Amino acid sequence: MPYIPNTDEDRRAMLQAIGAASIDELFEMIPADLHLGRALDLPPALGELELAVHVGELAARNRPASQSTCFLGAGSYDHFIPSVVDFVASRSEFYTSYTPYQAEASQGNLKALFEYQTLIAQLTGMDVSNASLYDGAGAAAEAVLMACSVTRRHAKVVAASTVHPEYRQVLGTYLQNLETELVTVAAPNGTVAPEELDAAIDDQTACVLVQHPNFFGCLEDVEQLSALAHAKGAAMIVAVDPVSLGLLRRPGDCGADIVVAEGQSLGNPMSYGGPYLGILACRDKFLRRMPGRLVGETVDRRDRRCWVLTLQTREQHIRREKATSNICTNQGLMALRATVYLSAMGPQGLRSTAELCLKKARYALGQWTGEGLLQPVFSAPTFKEFVVRVPHGQADALLSAAGEQGIMAGVPLGCWYPELEDCLLMAVTEKRMKAEIDRMTDVIRTVLN
Amino acid sequence: MPACDVPSEPVERLLPPEALAQTAPSLPEVTEPELVRHFVNLSTQNMSVDSHFYPLGSCTMKYNPKRNETLSSLAGLLGLHPYQRVETIQGMLSILHSLQEMLAEISGLEAVSLQPAAGAHGEMTALFVAAAYVRDTDPARNVVLIPDGAHGTNPASAAMAGFKTVEVKSTPGGLVDLDDLASKLDERTAVFMITNPNTLGIFERNIAKICQMVHDAGGLVYLDGANMNAILGVTRPGDFGADMMHFNPHKTFSGPHGGGGPGAGPIAVTGKLAPYLPVPVVKKSGEEYGLDFDRPKTIGRVRSFFGNTGVLVRTYCYLRTHGPEGLRRVSENAVLNANYLLSRVKHFLPVPQGDRCMHEFVATAQTLKRERGVSALDIGKRLLDYGFHAPTVYFPLIVHEALMIEPTESECRSTLDAFAEALFRVTEEDPDLLHHAPHTTSVSRPDEVRAARQPILKWAGPER
Repeated sequence: MPYIPNTDEDRRAMLQAIGAASIDELFEMIPADLHLGRALDLPPALGELELAVHVGELAARNRPASQSTCFLGAGSYDHFIPSVVDFVASRSEFYTSYTPYQAEASQGNLKALFEYQTLIAQLTGMDVSNASLYDGAGAAAEAVLMACSVTRRHAKVVAASTVHPEYRQVLGTYLQNLETELVTVAAPNGTVAPEELDAAIDDQTACVLVQHPNFFGCLEDVEQLSALAHAKGAAMIVAVDPVSLGLLRRPGDCGADIVVAEGQSLGNPMSYGGPYLGILACRDKFLRRMPGRLVGETVDRRDRRCWVLTLQTREQHIRREKATSNICTNQGLMALRATVYLSAMGPQGLRSTAELCLKKARYALGQWTGEGLLQPVFSAPTFKEFVVRVPHGQADALLSAAGEQGIMAGVPLGCWYPELEDCLLMAVTEKRMKAEIDRMTDVIRTVLN
Repeated sequence: MPACDVPSEPVERLLPPEALAQTAPSLPEVTEPELVRHFVNLSTQNMSVDSHFYPLGSCTMKYNPKRNETLSSLAGLLGLHPYQRVETIQGMLSILHSLQEMLAEISGLEAVSLQPAAGAHGEMTALFVAAAYVRDTDPARNVVLIPDGAHGTNPASAAMAGFKTVEVKSTPGGLVDLDDLASKLDERTAVFMITNPNTLGIFERNIAKICQMVHDAGGLVYLDGANMNAILGVTRPGDFGADMMHFNPHKTFSGPHGGGGPGAGPIAVTGKLAPYLPVPVVKKSGEEYGLDFDRPKTIGRVRSFFGNTGVLVRTYCYLRTHGPEGLRRVSENAVLNANYLLSRVKHFLPVPQGDRCMHEFVATAQTLKRERGVSALDIGKRLLDYGFHAPTVYFPLIVHEALMIEPTESECRSTLDAFAEALFRVTEEDPDLLHHAPHTTSVSRPDEVRAARQPILKWAGPER
C-alpha cells in the first residue's frame, strides 16, 4: 500500500516485541461474532495513474462555472483569487497541521489566525472575531443562539425574509428542538419594511437577523433597523458580503451587535459549496458567550510576545454540555486563505473589487432590462446582485439557451419564494467582462424575440 | 484590479451616500514579496504531519496523500458553483453518490448524509435526526446518556439538540459500567452515545449487549466514529448495533487537518431514521444523478449548499486508492503501530488499561508527577525539543495526567522507536529542565492565564 511504510519484516519484528502471534490476534479484543468475516463490498483499489484517469473523467463530465461565464451567486461567488492565496495555503506546515493546542509547535497558525481576527474585526467594525465557523449559514445560526444567551431571551427571534433562504432553513433546524420561535418578516418590495419589522419585535425577542446587501442584492437600511431592534432590547445580527465592505459602511458603524458572513468570497474557490468560511464577529460585551476558537496574544516565560488559544472555558472540551457551542474542528485553512486574500488585496484592492462588482452589475442590469427585455423586480439600490423577471414560462428556455453559449445565467427563485416564480437572481463579479455581459444580452434578446 | 471596462457613473451616483464608507477598509498594505516571506516564515513555526511525527491522540494525524490534493483541485471539481443545474455536474454527483454508498457499506448502516461540515456537526445532525424521530414516536424521551470518557463534543451536541445529558460511569478497566448504564436507562432515554473503540483505545467488548440494553429500553445508539481508523473492514457499527454514527474524513480518510479544519462529518443511519436526514441527498435514477429534496420528514438543512465537498472528494480518492483490502490494511497497521508503541512505552510510563490497545492508548504520568513533580504537560512540551509533536494531554478526563498517543499506520517502525526512546529519555530528565521545556522552539510556555484575564484578541495598531 502506498501510505504504509512498514515491511513484512518490520511487522514480524513488531509482533514479536508485542508478544502477539499475528495481527489478527491484536483484534481479539473485538468479539469473534462481531467480525465482519468478509471483505467490504467496495470498488477495487486504483493506482495513482488509474485514479487520476478515473477522477479526471468524472471532472470532465462537469461544466465548471469557473470556466464558463458565471452569473450565478446567491451566496457563492466567482471572485478572483490571487495566486499567493493558493501558494500560502499549500504550504504543508499549514495544511497538514491541526488545531494549535500546543502553542509552541503552532505559532505560525496562531499568529495567522490572530491576523485573521484582526482583519475581520477591522473589516466589520466589530470588537472581536472568532477564528472561524463552518459557513455563513452556521455562523448566522450560532449568532442567534449566542444572542439568546446574552439577552436571556429564548422565546423568539426575528429574521427578515431577505436573509438567504438556506441560512433561514439552517437556523430553523438549529431552533427546532429548542423553545424558540422563528418569526420571518416579509419584504414584498425587496427590502425589510421598518414598520413590519417593528411590529414583529417584542420585549421577548432575542435578536433580529438581517442581511446587507440582502439575498436579492438590495441594500437594507441597517442603521434604522438596528435602532428598531435596540429600542426593544433585542440584539442586532447583520449578515454581510465581505467584498461589499470594500465600499459600504461597516455594519459595526450602523448598529450591528454581531456580524456574520460567508467568507467564501475572500479567496476560497466555489468548490460545489464547500469548504467555506463562517465569519462571526461581535462587540466585546458578548465575548464570553462567543462560539468557536479564539486566539489571544500573551507573553512566554521569557517575556517574548506570542499567541495561544484562549478563553477556552467557553468550549466543549472544558464545559461539555454547558459550552457556548459544540464546535471543535472549524475552517482554519479557509480562514488562512481569507487572511492572505485580504492582505494581498489591501485597502485599494478590496475597494476596486467592490467598485468593479457594483459598476458591472449595474451595467448588466441596464443592458438586460433595457429595450423592454427582462423586467427589474425591485427598485432598491443593489450591489453585485439583482433580481429580474423573465416573461412567464420562459425562464427555463433562457437558462438553457445561455447554457448552450457557455453562460451560467442565474439562480431561479421560485423554489424559495413562490411569488418570484419566473424570477432569476443574477450576480456580476469583478471577473465578468463587458463582452460577456453583452453576450448575455444577445442571448436574452434572441430568446425573448 | 483592471480598469473598469463598462460605461459607468461614479460610485457616489450609484449608491446612496449614507450607505458608503468614508474611507477604504483598514487592511494591510504590503507587496507580494513581503506577504510571501511573512507567511512562509509563519509556516516554519508550525509542526505538521509532513514535517514531524504528530501522535496527537484522537486526531488521527495520518499522512495526507498528495494525489488527493491534485485531483480535488481539478477545475472540473473546484470550479463548480453550488447552484449549477444538475446536468452540468453529473461527474461531481457521481462521486458524491458513490461516496454515500461506500460510507454506508463501511458503517453497516443504510443511509448517509454528506452535509455536516465536521465531526461535531455530524453528531449534532444525528441528534437532530434522533430528536425528530422521538418526536414522532415517543416525545417523552429527552435524555441522552454519555460515558464519562466521551469527547466534550458529545454532551455539547446533545445540549444543542435540546436533550438533557446524563453521564454513565466507566469501570476501572475503562469500559462502560453496565450496572450504571442499566440504572440510568429508562422510558426517558432517547439516545446512548458511545465512542467505540473508546477514547482509551479499547474496544467495548460488551458493545452488542450495550446496544441490546439500549434498544430494549427503547433508545437509539449513537456511535461517535472518531476512532474508525481502528476497525475499517474488521467490524461495522451497524452490525454491532449502532443506529447512527458520524465519520471524520479528515481523520480516518486522510483529509488534511488544515491547522484546524476544514473537516467533514458525514453521518450514516439505519433505515428507520433515513427519512429524517437533512436535504438534499444525492439520488441516482438510471444513469442520471440528481438531488433529492422531496423528503417530507427531513430535519431540514444543517448547512448551506451541499457541504464540505472538497473534503469529500479527497475522501473518495482515498477510498478508491485503497479498495476493501487496502482499507483493512490501514486499520491493521494502525493497530499494529499502536500496540508496538504501547509495548515499548509501558515499561517506563504506566498504561492503566492494559497490554493491548486498538489504534491508540493512554499512558499516565501520575506516578512521575507524584514522585518527581513531572506532569503530562511537561512531557509533552519536552517532546517538542526532540522533534516530535506532543500527544494529546489531559484527555480523556478519566485518566489522571493522561498522555493519549495515536501513531497511525503511516509511521514506520524506526520513527516509533525514535519516539519511544525520546519519551523514555524525557522521563529520566531533570524535572527543572522539563518544567521549562521546550527549549528549542521560538517561544516557550506562553502565559495562558494572562491571555485569558487580559484578552488581546486583535492587533491594537502600531502605536501600542
